[in-house]
Amino acid sequence: MNCDHSSQRIPRRELLREGVQLAAFFGVGGLVGFVAGKKGTAEQLVWQIDPYKCIACGNCATHCVLDPSAVKCVNSFPICGYCDLCTGYFPPEPVALTTGAENQLCPTGAIIRKLVEEPYYEYTIDEELCIACGKCVIGCAAFGNASLYLQVRHDRCLNCHECSIAIACPSQAFVRVPASQPYLLKHKTKASAPA
Amino acid sequence: MKNVEDVSPPRKKERGSVGFVWWSAVRSAIKPIVVMLALVHACAVFAVERFPPPDFTSHQLPETPQPAPPSPLWETLDTIFLFTALLLATYFALVKRSRNAIFILTGISLFWLGFHRQGCVCPIGAIQDVAQALCDPTHAVPWSIIVFFALPLIFALFVGRVFCAAVCPLGAIQEIAAIRAQKLPGWLEHILGLFPWIYLGLAVVYAATGTAYVICEYDPFVAFFRRTGATSMLIFGGALLAIGIFVGRPYCRFICPYGAILGLFSKLARWHVRIPPTECIRCRLCEDACPYGAIVAPVPPLPRSERARARRRLLFAMALLPVWVMLGAGLGYSLHPVMAQLDPQVRLARWIHSASIDPNNKFAVDAVTAFRNTGATEASLYDSAAERLRTFAIAGVGLGLWVGLVFGLKWIQLATRPSRQEYLPDPRRCVACGRCFWYCPEEQVRRGWMSEAEVAQLPRDRMNPSSSLSGGM
Repeated sequence: MNCDHSSQRIPRRELLREGVQLAAFFGVGGLVGFVAGKKGTAEQLVWQIDPYKCIACGNCATHCVLDPSAVKCVNSFPICGYCDLCTGYFPPEPVALTTGAENQLCPTGAIIRKLVEEPYYEYTIDEELCIACGKCVIGCAAFGNASLYLQVRHDRCLNCHECSIAIACPSQAFVRVPASQPYLLKHKTKASAPA
Repeated sequence: MKNVEDVSPPRKKERGSVGFVWWSAVRSAIKPIVVMLALVHACAVFAVERFPPPDFTSHQLPETPQPAPPSPLWETLDTIFLFTALLLATYFALVKRSRNAIFILTGISLFWLGFHRQGCVCPIGAIQDVAQALCDPTHAVPWSIIVFFALPLIFALFVGRVFCAAVCPLGAIQEIAAIRAQKLPGWLEHILGLFPWIYLGLAVVYAATGTAYVICEYDPFVAFFRRTGATSMLIFGGALLAIGIFVGRPYCRFICPYGAILGLFSKLARWHVRIPPTECIRCRLCEDACPYGAIVAPVPPLPRSERARARRRLLFAMALLPVWVMLGAGLGYSLHPVMAQLDPQVRLARWIHSASIDPNNKFAVDAVTAFRNTGATEASLYDSAAERLRTFAIAGVGLGLWVGLVFGLKWIQLATRPSRQEYLPDPRRCVACGRCFWYCPEEQVRRGWMSEAEVAQLPRDRMNPSSSLSGGM
């Protein structure tokens, strides 16, 4: 822009450009100010499953960008009945109530069954093996206390801006929660109340 | 609870044949009990205490493990990286004028923001956060996302698209792929260049209504950064990269909505990248240097006889603008029920309303099951769906207005004919990649690769063969 044959037009253009530039600058500033000032300190949000909406359809196992999924099954021990015949652990007609692979509902054998005292067994999840298929969740909810449920595990979750599972979730159970309280756990009081 | 004793099966020890005979007898007894249980509790499968949890005296109940999300420290590091990289990119592009330095910084950004931080957080997606925060009073945006949204814009306002040059990981992966980039015909460039604006409108509408973040959902390269993802997106990303070998940066130029805003902002930049470090001698050597079609040739001013016609054409285009806008608004309103189909509530209401759902549509069947489980009434669902539809009617009109405006302004732009005396990078399209620098003999002089005398021998003031510069310098 160093041609001066039209010296009276260039400054006018330059002035206009600077005016618009200033407007754009304050526009961005205003936008940032408005968004930032909305709720004081907004927190980082992370994805989580509302266990009271989840129907354990199995999409968590297949739609996560991670393989295996960042969603895992967890057991709420205060709710768990510690049943010997755990319908989350055993298929509907088990050959025997033993830890044999043929007797397990879990396709990857991710549930660990441990005797606490007769006739109570404790069920813990091996998260390395769990693929979030939700078979145990359905089994436990159908005939047990519904203590098994699915949760996004934040040591694995990439916290995608648009969660692939959330898109595929038919029950709208995927919600954003504050990162300081990243889990929606089932608690005993809430669980027993509606019954 | 007495069922627990009733169905109490053999212990582990009794794994022998005797146990099995006993068990098969018991099993036939279990079935009716189980079925009965299912019937009794069928209405409330979600939260029931069928078996009271035991009171252990000696056994401590384990805690449900709650692994923490990654530390927010990463976001702080990301913003520091962003700011530093923007400063460096500005320095490399404007002061050092070094393509190699820009390219190395591109690689570092690709590694850090792309492969290490896996493409999140990014300014392109941040548009949606800001849009939603503007329309949804409950939505708040973390400060790191606000910084990512605003910082590249501020830089573009003063120094052009340096973010695209060397900081954006999506740009970086395409910059590396563009090895045989060809120029596109101008008309195609104009048509495809409209899409980012339409995409921007769509993304803003879906984010503002809180429906979906489409930019993130259809981010083509994030699957590469994570080295995992949906097959369709991997194919889309791969295809874009394959096209990107021959058509430079297809995502940046013809899809990226943030790039469109940056382009507009960098038109206002005072210190934008220049091809010659000093003054253009119009030797035409840089004409084919840009694989992104960003170098615009000098255009002589119109001859006086043509000016009246050009002015008429411009006035006609301006008069057409309201027509485009009204047309868009009408189209947007008529299409809003289609747009609303992405909304879960509206979709669910449609499935609930239509008595028969295709049993092969597992998603619909599951959605209806989930809805029935919540015990909510159909009327309340229809109410909320109708509310969503009303929101989408407004959003549809807004989007239509926007698209109409985009088409109308494009028409006006095509009707104007700015005169230029130099080979200039079009600030809207120029991503400051620095490929053109060393095509310029003045730059060669600056680097000491050519002498002033050699440059003086080059043909000057060469314009496109048909036209000559009438005004002179």
